[in-house]
Amino acid sequence: MAAPQAGHDLHQKTLAELSAALHERVVSSEELTRVFLDRIERFNPILNCFTTITREHALAQAKAADRRLKSGQGGPLTGLPIAHKDIFCTLGVKTACGSRMLDSFIAPYNATLIEHMHDAGMVMLGKTNMDEFAMGSSNETSYYGPVKNPWDPERVPGGSSGGSACAIAAQIAPAATGTDTGGSIRQPASLCGITGLKPTYGRVSRYGMIAFASSLDQGGPMAHTAEDIAMLLKVMAGFDKRDSTSVDRPVPDYTARLNDDIQGLTIGLPKEYFGEGVDSEIQALIDAAIKVFETLGAKARTISLPNTHLSIPAYYVVAPAECSSNLARYDGVRYGYRCKDPRDLADLYCRSRGEGFGAEVKRRIMIGTYALSAGYYDAYYLKAQQIRRLISEDFKKAFEDVDLIVGPTSPTVAFKLGEKTDDPVTMYLSDIYTVSVNLAGLPGLSMPVGFVGGLPVGLQIIGNYFSEARLCNVAHRFQQETEWHRMRPEGFS
Amino acid sequence: MSLQKKDVEKIAWLARLALSEQEVSDYARDLSDIFELVKQMNTVDTEGVLPLAHPLEITARLRRDEVVETNERDRFQSIAPLVKNGHYLVPKVIE
Repeated sequence: MAAPQAGHDLHQKTLAELSAALHERVVSSEELTRVFLDRIERFNPILNCFTTITREHALAQAKAADRRLKSGQGGPLTGLPIAHKDIFCTLGVKTACGSRMLDSFIAPYNATLIEHMHDAGMVMLGKTNMDEFAMGSSNETSYYGPVKNPWDPERVPGGSSGGSACAIAAQIAPAATGTDTGGSIRQPASLCGITGLKPTYGRVSRYGMIAFASSLDQGGPMAHTAEDIAMLLKVMAGFDKRDSTSVDRPVPDYTARLNDDIQGLTIGLPKEYFGEGVDSEIQALIDAAIKVFETLGAKARTISLPNTHLSIPAYYVVAPAECSSNLARYDGVRYGYRCKDPRDLADLYCRSRGEGFGAEVKRRIMIGTYALSAGYYDAYYLKAQQIRRLISEDFKKAFEDVDLIVGPTSPTVAFKLGEKTDDPVTMYLSDIYTVSVNLAGLPGLSMPVGFVGGLPVGLQIIGNYFSEARLCNVAHRFQQETEWHRMRPEGFS
Repeated sequence: MSLQKKDVEKIAWLARLALSEQEVSDYARDLSDIFELVKQMNTVDTEGVLPLAHPLEITARLRRDEVVETNERDRFQSIAPLVKNGHYLVPKVIE
């Protein structure tokens, strides 16, 4: 690992730095876009983090951004390149969601989040690889093959937003969008050494974001720094009448509070997050990060979230149940994959779905179908929703005493490709620290806090509802004191 | 908890998923393991706990009953696997 040289290495810079360069006319958006497009061409064959590259589209947007900047109409994000997770519908551009089912799907409209990014003048470089329908923690369930971790190409980047996290870590995109249903922004951010934020449920519109589990799904930003995250969230967030669960609440200027003092802030350390199961070297890095917060004037204290151990069992009922219902729409009739020569209607449905979906998606559809089937509803779905209440109450109680909750994002560093693919339960357990945040609908941020064996380690900061500004502030203050977010993997300079 | 092959076949039919023989036995094992994990939920007494269906407990917003979408049949059918004269084609349902 090496800290970047000060100089003209544009790809190593943060969004905030690139924004300044664009506004000072040191570089044009077209030049900047070409730098990243060239890097995609060079490194994507090794990393497999993009599934679609939108070169012409990007150059047209960059030229428009340059005109806008020249006329003084540009905002902070105008002309900056970004990669979009292939779960967001992009008008006229293939949107496959990591699935054979949607391999032929050209989205007929833009997701609201995409509209917001386009309106801000951001340049779409392409669509990033992901676990099929966002179901996975390693990016290995993608129909388009696994993404490699830039810190060690033998290892997974995490998932499901693995392509987005990888693209940022390898500096072939300065920022990306992701979605998080059980940790899909935070866990890959942690495994790739970048910063990622899952906002409060309802903060970012879900319109045009292909649904996995509707009461858990939330889109959010991924980038090198908390400052970049704040810039992106400001544009992504906001009420959308096209999303019935979007929250009508003003969007604060997340960048305005980045430098706020954190003196006197109380940080809760859940004893359930620091037990056995956490690697001791990861533990040491988390402890060191907490020391940094203390140096900045925060106070840490141990708390308890007693129902944490039930979050994985409850999640693996709620999420598959919602997925089985959401994915019922893929029928081989209106769009998407259709089997060859169906004998009858049932054969058309069964074979289109059997051939169009991959192993993990089918597994989850079946878990959900079973949990919701006649006679089992109370034992599984109702029980899981009751536990969801207990988990949510744990957090509510904790936030009466503390401002933030901190712990590891993931129990391990990036694991080897293929290491957990044969054992779904072990794979599911890698989301132990992230899923409860989705069940409660809270915001959570992951940022890099060091390395174990050359692989990045992430720290998760969980806040109360709509406390994204505070999360960005605390992470930014940490990043002012440390250099972990400036580390870049070798081989991608 | 242990699911048999016939259980998996029943679930697969409910979910309209065609599975190979191999998939049926693999999923019988996987689903059994997963429901074993899920069973941990029974270690806690939830008698009287109100189920939480939605994290913010908001109810669906109502809107005025007005036509806001235009008919874009041609555009949407341009990505359909099989259409004819504005209709989606499926195998014959009624003899």
